[in-house]
Amino acid sequence: MEFLRQVLVILAKDVRAELRTKEAVNAALAFAVMILVLFSFVFDPDEATTKMFAGGLLWIVFAFAGTLVLNRSFAREIPNDCLDALVAAPIPGSALFLGKALANYLLVAAVELVALPVFGILYYVRWYERFWQVMLVLALGTWGVTVIGTMFSALTVNIRLREVMLPMITYPMLTPALMGAMQLTVDLMNGKSIAGDATVWLKLLVGFDILYTAASIILVDIVLVG
Amino acid sequence: MNALAVEGVWKYYGDYPALRDINLTCEAGSCLALIGRNGAGKTTLLRTIAGFSRPMKGAIKILGGSPRETATRRNVGFIGHGIAVYDELSALENLMLYARLYGLTDARTKALQWLTETGLERVRDGLVREFSRGMRQRLAVARAFLHEPSLLLLDEPFTALDDRAIAVLQRLLREALAQGRTVVMSTHQLREALELATHVTMLNRGQVAFDGPCTPEMVADPGLVYARYGEG
Repeated sequence: MEFLRQVLVILAKDVRAELRTKEAVNAALAFAVMILVLFSFVFDPDEATTKMFAGGLLWIVFAFAGTLVLNRSFAREIPNDCLDALVAAPIPGSALFLGKALANYLLVAAVELVALPVFGILYYVRWYERFWQVMLVLALGTWGVTVIGTMFSALTVNIRLREVMLPMITYPMLTPALMGAMQLTVDLMNGKSIAGDATVWLKLLVGFDILYTAASIILVDIVLVG
Repeated sequence: MNALAVEGVWKYYGDYPALRDINLTCEAGSCLALIGRNGAGKTTLLRTIAGFSRPMKGAIKILGGSPRETATRRNVGFIGHGIAVYDELSALENLMLYARLYGLTDARTKALQWLTETGLERVRDGLVREFSRGMRQRLAVARAFLHEPSLLLLDEPFTALDDRAIAVLQRLLREALAQGRTVVMSTHQLREALELATHVTMLNRGQVAFDGPCTPEMVADPGLVYARYGEG
């Protein structure tokens, strides 16, 4: 219970701080919508074409927009040396990490939930036909993006070019999760449900999330203190 | 038991030894003034004691425990170069956040009490980004004292404080010492520090150049230790 309370304190702090400034969420949302609008002009998509690239486009937009939120996660602690105070506080590094990861998850998910209907309108995709399965893939894929991004946000927090370094390190690591999420999304947009061979991608996504969450929880103290 | 024991601590930045075989002890209720020129290793030593980084060699014990143990961290308060409060949150929200992180039972009451102690009760709901530098420093002091730590680690605590804030900090430090808490502070403002100090340690190029009790001569002439043990 103590651990959960500490996670929630960090989560509430990060969400509150972000909602006061909205700098990361606004930037991510503007970026996501802008890319979707621009690509809709480039491809001039009809329904059949869209089904081929919908999953890929959607997850590229989510991954890039997500990075804008994740970049701020630990960078927010830098200006007044707040990270020192968090490291000095009697909470485990794993509580700090999970609190931040969950806050990032909520913020990235909020951006995605706004971008998804925009995507549906611009690309004639009836994503809501398999609503709960799309939400499941979204939830699992977003956690993968968030957990990796939060960990590497901690790792790059003291690097001068962190805004450049974070995506460079994050995207190669995210490849398996993005592959799974893209493949499942393409299937869902084509009217197929997650069954048969597609469950392999779902298992990959679940395995990725579990593996990297566990690894991050184990390694976060070393990342923060050395 | 010593409140703080630093035993043969070495710390390198790359090949450069920022701390070389540092040995220090602090009894409970004492106040150690850590002095030295810029780059002498004061901040590195305080940060290593606080557990922000691990020593390459040697050991640090705070009340018998390692700096990274949860129980130890509960007993340490730290003021560094940054104020460690969030600009986007109000003064009250900041203190309540730390009160909750330290597991204090009534976070709001405790936060309000320390806002009053530091003269910030009237601006409790104001966002920190709207505060003057002195107000921000007083909030940092409130944050460090909030959980009533047994060991206070202060890195240049008097820097950027106005007269009123210096008086507040000195009063709080005197009260803390009277309650048997231990204070370790690095400073260039010798006069303010030596008024409180019971011991003085001078670092020079990462080594202890002087370690001893604070004498009336030092208080009368704060430059005495530099003149005798510094590089001139």
